[in-house]
Amino acid sequence: MSFFSEALWVLLLGSLLGLELIGKVPPTLHTPLMSGANAISGITMLAALTLIIKSGDNLPLLIIGSISLGFALFNVIGGFLVTDRMLAMFSRKKTRK
Amino acid sequence: MTFIAPVKFAIDLLAVLLLALGIKGLSKVRSAREANRLAAIAMLLAAFGVLLNSQGTIGISIDSWIWIICGTLIGGLLGAFTAKKVPMTAMPEIVALFNGCGGMSSLLVALGVALFPSSEGSDGVVSELVRNFSIVVSLFVGAITFSGSIVAMAKLQGWLSTPSWTQSKARHFFNIFCAVLALIGGVYLSIDGQNGLFLVVVASCLLGIGVTLPIGGADMPVVISLLNSYSGVAAAAAGFVVGSQLLIVAGAMVGAAGLILTQVMCDGMNRSLVSVLFGGALGASSVASGGGGGEYTNITSCSPEECALTLEAAERVVIVPGYGLAVAQAQHTLREVTRVLESADIEVTYAIHPVAGRMPGHMNVLLAEADVPYEQLKEMDVINPEFPATDVVLVLGANDVVNPQAKNDQTSPLYGMPVLDVQEARTVFVVKRGMSAGYSGIKNDLFDLQNTSMVFGDAKKVLGDLLLELKELGVGSKG
Repeated sequence: MSFFSEALWVLLLGSLLGLELIGKVPPTLHTPLMSGANAISGITMLAALTLIIKSGDNLPLLIIGSISLGFALFNVIGGFLVTDRMLAMFSRKKTRK
Repeated sequence: MTFIAPVKFAIDLLAVLLLALGIKGLSKVRSAREANRLAAIAMLLAAFGVLLNSQGTIGISIDSWIWIICGTLIGGLLGAFTAKKVPMTAMPEIVALFNGCGGMSSLLVALGVALFPSSEGSDGVVSELVRNFSIVVSLFVGAITFSGSIVAMAKLQGWLSTPSWTQSKARHFFNIFCAVLALIGGVYLSIDGQNGLFLVVVASCLLGIGVTLPIGGADMPVVISLLNSYSGVAAAAAGFVVGSQLLIVAGAMVGAAGLILTQVMCDGMNRSLVSVLFGGALGASSVASGGGGGEYTNITSCSPEECALTLEAAERVVIVPGYGLAVAQAQHTLREVTRVLESADIEVTYAIHPVAGRMPGHMNVLLAEADVPYEQLKEMDVINPEFPATDVVLVLGANDVVNPQAKNDQTSPLYGMPVLDVQEARTVFVVKRGMSAGYSGIKNDLFDLQNTSMVFGDAKKVLGDLLLELKELGVGSKG
């Protein structure tokens, strides 16, 4: 039961942290922020990794885990790259000024 | 064994810290790009931590490595390829697609653990009921995120329209029915860990479709933002399933931050989240109600040449960029036109509607790409009082966001949506490909007004012609 109660604390504090982190966001950054946060939500790749590692020689489970990992990494890598592409346009403008 | 656990712990802490700093930094223009990289590094660290810990404690079999590498390569390469290839104009769709895949990933993890309980990640530290309940939440939220995001993407791409039944009361019954089914499946699954599994998955998927399908038009970005928040919740639930606190923190942060962002977006559009989710689409209801329909009676069209003559005589010009500009990729040509105007001492500003370009901030990204100075972009509240003192308004591929019906016509489905008051200006030019309706499918009263002239054609071509005409008139060449 200790993991569960600890995990609930973690959930609570994490949520409060998330609420605090985003205060005032300029409209310019709505799209990049959404896509960046979206990339972070691909953190389920850790769960997929854990699943694969603990599945031993269970082939169906290995496959499910691998597909799950693929989806998560599609989310993570695509998300970060696309965010960077968008943000690059803002910073490029800045250096030219 | 003895030193690996503390190392893993330290890595996790560092990863959480970097993720938090990343999200924080992403909300400021100056630090956004570094913050994004920081978050990416945090993810890499976190993955490394999991691999290190597992290798050191239980060991990772060759089979596992093979499947890890397969998944990583395929998912990663596809993601990188998609991110590089997708045009800036398709950004809302692609965020929805990525988001859906994140939800799918959480769903699959929960599915795997539910089908093969022996592989339970948390090694018995979680009681069976808690574990089963976590699986249910992960399946439920993951499935809604996945199906909802895919529907959102398909609608934004124009692959799906808004079926008429989704605008009637029937959709509420459908959604409630699916929710109840998912709940029943969830209760079963929580109790015995086997039955009800697929009921939860199928009902949740249908619920995601049922909730997203009726929403259209300008409300879509809000839904994507909300689904983004859900995918964070799904990740947190997956964290409970496999017993990873790092996952719970990160998921909770994204979930909460996504919720705030959704609220900020709603505020920007002057809509409440409830009306977005349950109010129905702007577009399809117009067909049913007939409000805002009717024929155009008083259309004036003119050539780029006449437009150039008027612009030459103007002192204050406001550009209203819209989705049409983005589709035509005309932002660079637009920048050249405004450069010419500025060199003739004509004051040029850009009026950015909160949802210009179909997603908040999307138009800012596109104009930044074309090197438009940030200070010239004015938000709706700032620019609206300035329209009466404006000589010429150039509406480029925008439609619904300049429809005066939203203010004047109570029967209009658009009524209440904040719009740019371009009709207050002396002259309005609307550059448009044809007389077709905007995203909402509603007639635009602006086009019928005395001071409005239509310039028909692709935004890029019209702006190109305009540039030539302006140069021929010698605008800006003296200065």
